[in-house]
Amino acid sequence: MDAILFLIFATIAVLCAINLVVQKHPISSALSLIGVMASLAVLYLLLGGEFLAAVQLIVYAGAIMVLFVFVIMLLNAGAERRSNRSLMATLFGVPLLAAFLALVAYVIQRGLPPTEGVYFGGFTQGTPRAIGRVLFTQYLLPFEVTSVLILIAIIGAVVLARKEI
Amino acid sequence: MEFYIITLVKAALIAFVLLTAAAYLVWLERKVLAHIQLRLGPSRVGPHGLLQPLADAVKLLTKEDLIPRDAHKPFYLLAPLLAVSLSLISICVIPFGPEVEIFGYRTYLQLTDLSIGVLVVLAVSSLSVYGVALAGWASNSKYSLLGGLRSSAQMVSYELPLAITVAAPLLLANTLSFRELVDAQAGYYFGIIPRWNIFQFPMPQIFGFIIFLIAAFAETNRVPFDLPEAENELVAGFHTEYSSMKFAAFFTAEYINIMTICCVATLLFLGGWQPLFPAQYGSDFVPVLVNLGAAAVALYHGLNPARPKDRLTLPVVAAVFAGIALLFLVPFLKPILVPLFWFATKTGFLVFVFIWVRGTLPRFRYDQLMKFAWTFLFPVALLNLLATSFLVAVTSK
Repeated sequence: MDAILFLIFATIAVLCAINLVVQKHPISSALSLIGVMASLAVLYLLLGGEFLAAVQLIVYAGAIMVLFVFVIMLLNAGAERRSNRSLMATLFGVPLLAAFLALVAYVIQRGLPPTEGVYFGGFTQGTPRAIGRVLFTQYLLPFEVTSVLILIAIIGAVVLARKEI
Repeated sequence: MEFYIITLVKAALIAFVLLTAAAYLVWLERKVLAHIQLRLGPSRVGPHGLLQPLADAVKLLTKEDLIPRDAHKPFYLLAPLLAVSLSLISICVIPFGPEVEIFGYRTYLQLTDLSIGVLVVLAVSSLSVYGVALAGWASNSKYSLLGGLRSSAQMVSYELPLAITVAAPLLLANTLSFRELVDAQAGYYFGIIPRWNIFQFPMPQIFGFIIFLIAAFAETNRVPFDLPEAENELVAGFHTEYSSMKFAAFFTAEYINIMTICCVATLLFLGGWQPLFPAQYGSDFVPVLVNLGAAAVALYHGLNPARPKDRLTLPVVAAVFAGIALLFLVPFLKPILVPLFWFATKTGFLVFVFIWVRGTLPRFRYDQLMKFAWTFLFPVALLNLLATSFLVAVTSK
């Protein structure tokens, strides 16, 4: 059952990711990205990370992608025009990509320790309680640093936008 | 196997009740608005217009289904589907009553009890922006686009105070599951004041409740925040170009969303199915008395009819109410029906408030709407959360 669900949603995620690059219209690409996020949320759920799955949906699909779609709608961006591909890209693109993927696969295969398969219900540290505890004890410093970083980004955005007026 | 059958039955039952309730909510809204404005409202189809929802459904089904020539067809078709399916999802995690025993099976009056139920509702409500935004964009019309843009901006802005106020009752109950939230609100202070979250020690969530309701009006695009469909500026906003069943899909989604958010407000702040006062003072007999009272009023007006046909219809209504009152006295049905009554009464009252406000308040201007969300509602919600977390931290252990 887990394996079937994993295969279904992993396939959807990959198909959506390919669609994201192939589509010409920005709205189609944005919606494909939402598809990727949603299927990733399902994969988190299958791993037992229920909190992560919900937050993935709320933050990425529900907040960030809404802003993407909003901006695309506001700019009324049309379908993108395709430029003539450069000679370099046509000649070396596919071989280099294949080589890179092979390298990544090799490194992952060598570097990672052999583990037994993950199954549903095997991981029980994904509850909001467990994540909150870890976030405020073990990873307190990175957590706070990230929040300060985001605050700086917000203030920076406000300052940049003010200049325009 | 048993699990699948029970879940299937429950899903069918909830879908049936929900869709019927949505249809009759339209009737109720038209009636209440009419009486607020000293009119009669729907009265032609069936007694008191009670068959109006059926007539509406037939009308919408048989209307011509237009697709604008320049619309982006796949997204144009996807948008109503998205809106209605997302609105149906979040009802899955809403509990309507405690664990009950029916024909020997112990089951919850709820489709599924998720440990992250509250987050699921928030996630689904944050996704439902797409239905509206896509509809506005894909119709390729200026009114729809403006409506869609306004709506997505409004829903994103009001989601923030909504989510922050939801966090405060969660702190008090220390859980994310709706069922445990309601269980945490059981019991009474001094034997009489219910421990609902709006009265809860150490921080009564009365302000949280009001902020939640205001944000809920904006989330469901209702008056006074119905800028996305402001008729006098935008024709009908994001669904201007939709006709027939696709329009009906948006319409149904809107009313289901209203009911869902009223259910969530009841669970978070009004104690779910916990009665208003303890059972030893006879709270189990309130549904009987209410229904008998309704039956008596109907019977009185049937015997002194204002219109000739009331002599026939109102005694039937009285008999129906008396029958419902008798159902609450059957010992086998009582543990199921009494919690359902309290839940339905609280939710129904909140739904009535939604209609009442629509009949009372004028619409905001768009800049007022945004300013209100960011400069007033958001800071107040944040203050409420800070005060609650401070008091919870001080008083716990």
